[in-house]
Amino acid sequence: MDTSFFLAWIKEAATAVQAERDHLTQLDAAIGDADHGANLDRGFAAVRQVLADTPPQTPGAVLVQAGSALIRKVGGASGPLYGTAFRQMGRALGEAPEVTPADLVTALEAAQEGVQKLGGAAEGDKTLVDAFAPAVRALAQAVQDGANLEDALQTATAAAEEGARATVPLQARKGRASYLGPRSVGHKDPGAASTALIFAALRRAAGPA
Amino acid sequence: MDGQARPMVGIVIVSHSSRLAEEVAALVREFGGANVPVAAAGGTDDGRLGTSLDKVITAVESVDQGAGVVLIPDLGSSVLTAKLVEEPGSVVIADVPLVEGAIAAAVTVGGGGSLPDVLSSAEEARTFRKL
Repeated sequence: MDTSFFLAWIKEAATAVQAERDHLTQLDAAIGDADHGANLDRGFAAVRQVLADTPPQTPGAVLVQAGSALIRKVGGASGPLYGTAFRQMGRALGEAPEVTPADLVTALEAAQEGVQKLGGAAEGDKTLVDAFAPAVRALAQAVQDGANLEDALQTATAAAEEGARATVPLQARKGRASYLGPRSVGHKDPGAASTALIFAALRRAAGPA
Repeated sequence: MDGQARPMVGIVIVSHSSRLAEEVAALVREFGGANVPVAAAGGTDDGRLGTSLDKVITAVESVDQGAGVVLIPDLGSSVLTAKLVEEPGSVVIADVPLVEGAIAAAVTVGGGGSLPDVLSSAEEARTFRKL
């Protein structure tokens, strides 16, 4: 995977977030403050602008620039969280011009660690971690088993989507939804839903299904 | 008094709302004195409810006299953004109710308290009973 692969990922993610903006906002209206879709869409639009204005030369630079733009432009909690995820990934990749599947796993593990350190959420708290963590685990296992990149990313995406669905019956323990207590039960977590979109975008960046 | 003012601890109010941050900062000046270095970092860059990393960084720089800065965030993205600018020992977050914590911090800064003094007095506000 080279710089253009990661640029393609960001473009796919931005397109998916834009297409699902209203859906994400509706999920957030149920248990949050109804801004997740709009905030993330604004953030990814800023990311695309930054990447067009200052074209990055390495995969790591794509992700660090994307993360910094998300932190600055989203305005809601998803900005620092996704921004930290992309920046940690980028830092883990360093200056390397090419990324192996094993490098990708390491970088995503660093991203997950960064998100959990910043937000303090564990799996089961009804946050984006509930989609992120199983996706990273599934990807690590598939890569270790020798799956090709497309299949490994397909497995990761399926795990993220399943993780997001599994947030429905949970009671939120982190984030705005936690103020609702038991009333947060019965709704999908918007952050977990957007994480599933971002993993699906990563799968598409690897080529047609 | 040698006329050389000792550096004071700075206070930054981080809120989703620009007006809320400004008004809490006004309360800080009222309770701590007009010379307490306090800055408001509320709302997004484009005037929405939310948090701006750039506003928080600018606010920290504006109140940093060398004695440290206490960040007092409201909740959610304010807390996460504050964590991104945290520097142990110099820029620290007070995990406190916004108004009560800010006033407690203001009084301690006004009395010449150090960064650990200001942080601990702010944190006492968490258990302060009104009735």
